[in-house]
Amino acid sequence: MDDLMTVVDWSRWQFALTAMYHWLFVPLTLGLSVIVGIMETIYYRTRSPKWLRTTKFWMTLFGINFAMGVATGIILEFEFGTNWSNYSWFVGDIFGAPLAIEGLLAFFMEATFIAVMFFGWKKVSPGFHLASTWLTALGASISALWILIANAWMQYPVGMEFDPGQMRNVMDNFWDVVLSPVAINKFFHAVFDGWVLGAVFVCGVSSWYLMKQRRREFALDSIRIAGWVGLVGIIFTIWTGDGSAVQVARVQPMKLAAMEGLYDGKVGQDLVGFGILDPSKQRADDSDPFLFEISIPKGLSLLANHDADSFVPGINDLINGIRLTPEGDTVRTDSYAQRIIIGKRAHEALREFDNAMAKGDTAAMAAARENLKKDYRYFGYGYLDSPEEAIPPVGVTFYSFRIMVMAGGYLLLFFIIAVVSMARGGKLWERRWWQWVAMLSIVVVWICSEAGWVTAEVGRQPWIIEGLMPAKAAISAISSSTVQLTFWMFAAVFTALLVAEITIMAHQIRNGSDHDEY
Amino acid sequence: MELESLQIYWWLLISVLGALLVFLLFVQGGQTFLLGVSNSSEASRRMINSFGHKWELTFTTLVVFGGAFFASFPLFYSTSFGGAYWLWMLILISFVLQAVSYEFRAKKGNVFGTRTYDTFLFINGSVGCILLGVAVAMMFFGAEFSISKGNLFDNSSPVISRWAPTHGFEAIFYWKNLVLGFAVLFLARTQAALYLMNNNKADDNFFRTNRRRVLVNAVIFLVFFLLFVGLIMTTASLETTFDGSIDGPRSSFELREFKYFHNLIDLPWALVAFLAGVVLVLYGIIRSAFAKHWTCGIWWTGTGTVLVVLALFWIAGYNNTPYYPSLTDPSSSLTIFNSSSSRFTLTCMSWVSLIIPFVVAYIAYAWYAMDRKHD
Repeated sequence: MDDLMTVVDWSRWQFALTAMYHWLFVPLTLGLSVIVGIMETIYYRTRSPKWLRTTKFWMTLFGINFAMGVATGIILEFEFGTNWSNYSWFVGDIFGAPLAIEGLLAFFMEATFIAVMFFGWKKVSPGFHLASTWLTALGASISALWILIANAWMQYPVGMEFDPGQMRNVMDNFWDVVLSPVAINKFFHAVFDGWVLGAVFVCGVSSWYLMKQRRREFALDSIRIAGWVGLVGIIFTIWTGDGSAVQVARVQPMKLAAMEGLYDGKVGQDLVGFGILDPSKQRADDSDPFLFEISIPKGLSLLANHDADSFVPGINDLINGIRLTPEGDTVRTDSYAQRIIIGKRAHEALREFDNAMAKGDTAAMAAARENLKKDYRYFGYGYLDSPEEAIPPVGVTFYSFRIMVMAGGYLLLFFIIAVVSMARGGKLWERRWWQWVAMLSIVVVWICSEAGWVTAEVGRQPWIIEGLMPAKAAISAISSSTVQLTFWMFAAVFTALLVAEITIMAHQIRNGSDHDEY
Repeated sequence: MELESLQIYWWLLISVLGALLVFLLFVQGGQTFLLGVSNSSEASRRMINSFGHKWELTFTTLVVFGGAFFASFPLFYSTSFGGAYWLWMLILISFVLQAVSYEFRAKKGNVFGTRTYDTFLFINGSVGCILLGVAVAMMFFGAEFSISKGNLFDNSSPVISRWAPTHGFEAIFYWKNLVLGFAVLFLARTQAALYLMNNNKADDNFFRTNRRRVLVNAVIFLVFFLLFVGLIMTTASLETTFDGSIDGPRSSFELREFKYFHNLIDLPWALVAFLAGVVLVLYGIIRSAFAKHWTCGIWWTGTGTVLVVLALFWIAGYNNTPYYPSLTDPSSSLTIFNSSSSRFTLTCMSWVSLIIPFVVAYIAYAWYAMDRKHD
């Protein structure tokens, strides 16, 4: 069992490493592709050489970054097979489809039109080229759509049923999977986050030019476009983030409780604006989970239910079986201890079905199938040894959520100021302190974006599929030393390539276009 | 459609993707030429210009091939990727290195220097081709795994598939698998030279060098290819005597002598595709190598390669043949019937597959538009 946990931990670390590296590059691709598309559209309409140069400059940075996104993306897809092979069988009938569709609809589109984007300036008409630029941006968003459908399904499994004969889940409603409200919300949240990140990147790099008193017109033109893209992006990111909080309260209430460090909920629950968790806090003790906190009265009830006087369950409430219905009503349901018993009963029913099938005893198969159907909703809990195992790491979830929210709030303020100041002539952008603010915001937006994923993924532990399969039951039969070795291989390769990308980008920004500065 | 028809249809789609992937590996083959020339030479520039515009198509085809396998035959995805861990990891790392190399190699500030990225491309070209060949060869020569779905309710060890403890190294160092691996590598190099001849039509030194490359690599390819064909035609392999389904009793298998030879005879379309493919490959190679100035060889050998690989996939998976025979426990062998997705999922994915002609059309149109001006 200890070795099993080590394999699980290293497999999780490897997936987290790959996903976090991948997410360094993907949002920049999503954001820059839209910004470059807008710039080329302006060039197409005005035929002004300065917009052509502007487009090409940002397109070069887009291309450098795109390559790294591709490099880290391929690993992610195949890691479901290499490191999570049990998962690949258990839900491959549902989960494989979005990945295949992503490849067919999005990757070919990106691969084809990015080649036209970079090599087609003198080979195709300006209209064809512009269409290719937008199709590349569309391909990136379609890619995000299908991978987020897959991710959302893991957090909110719908559109399937368990077939004991096949010993796996099978899809029974494609549209439930594709149009899952969690998927739609996640898609817009992630894509608009990409817009924000791309916009901050453009504003930050442009500010560097202004600080160096180079390419003033280019920088201000770029900021003008990026400012609006960023403002639209951050407004929609916050809006969909709010939608996400409401959904999490219903479909992953334990994640919400961990995000808030909330052990015992109440009516009119406060929202912790800032707090320091007490690391010695145990679930069952009565001590205050915070060493220090500043709370917004009734804030969490408002955030989770859009009702200041509603009840929000905490970790202890959930473990005792109190939760919210999809309509927002508080109900008492099975406690986690009971769920574990029911889950183990479901395992036993499946074992009985398997034995009956081997003997060809159809009556026993029917009886076992009926029992399994009744108890399957807690199948995943059957793998747990205690209710405490179902609690995600509270500290990481709590702090990453706060970092994301605070950084998001800051970015809203940043883009409001950016857009208003540009509308008033852009004088603010000439000031050195503001240029520093814009450049340092590049770091902030990346931390914000990564923190969002940490909240989403750490907060759903221990589940790889919410309630149906914990990560420890999803792994491959490989040794922990094998996974450790590949973890460090990936860490070394990705880090080396990241260093190369950053230095290439820095070089491009510093020297890349001196000859055609305007 | 019935489940069986869908399973046959999806194996056909997998075959098409696999065949296109092997053809498109000419990009990888070309990358193995790079270290033989100076990175600042005209030859290097021309090679990078030729392959740099196409590498993403190969890369994407590999990713879609993996995704399609996952969606249609998830038990293979689960068993092979989680089992032959090192084989797939090495393939993936080689493709990670490729993905950045074209973009980074000539950029200032790339830290490691152009030659390092060319070495990455060489590694992807050689290791990638050989190991992909090894992965496909396991479909004929088998692999050391067993499957027990009942493990799912064993809390201490719930993994359903088990593999040899060497996790793929045993497959990499099995000489029969390597025969196909090297055949794929030298086919890719042959086709790369043919592609360069087509893409750089001027009758100059570069053209003549590539013509020489065609001959040399094709001879080595033919040696490995004939050896591989000889091996699979004379080997005994498993045959399903009960084509077990995905829900119900397990399939049963028995060993049959000359199984793949019988498959070729029993599947006339496979035989026709195989023979026509071999003729087209040979025609493309011989005429390119010996004609004074003929640049269309890539189209002939490319079409031939697709046909031969299609035939190989068909004899591997059709005619009651397990496409992934288990050497450890024959009853664990994977057939297109016992490893597929459900009827519902295959039906949904079949509707999605109708978009493939549209995808092919826009790729063809985009490249036609790009090359029109170029010519």
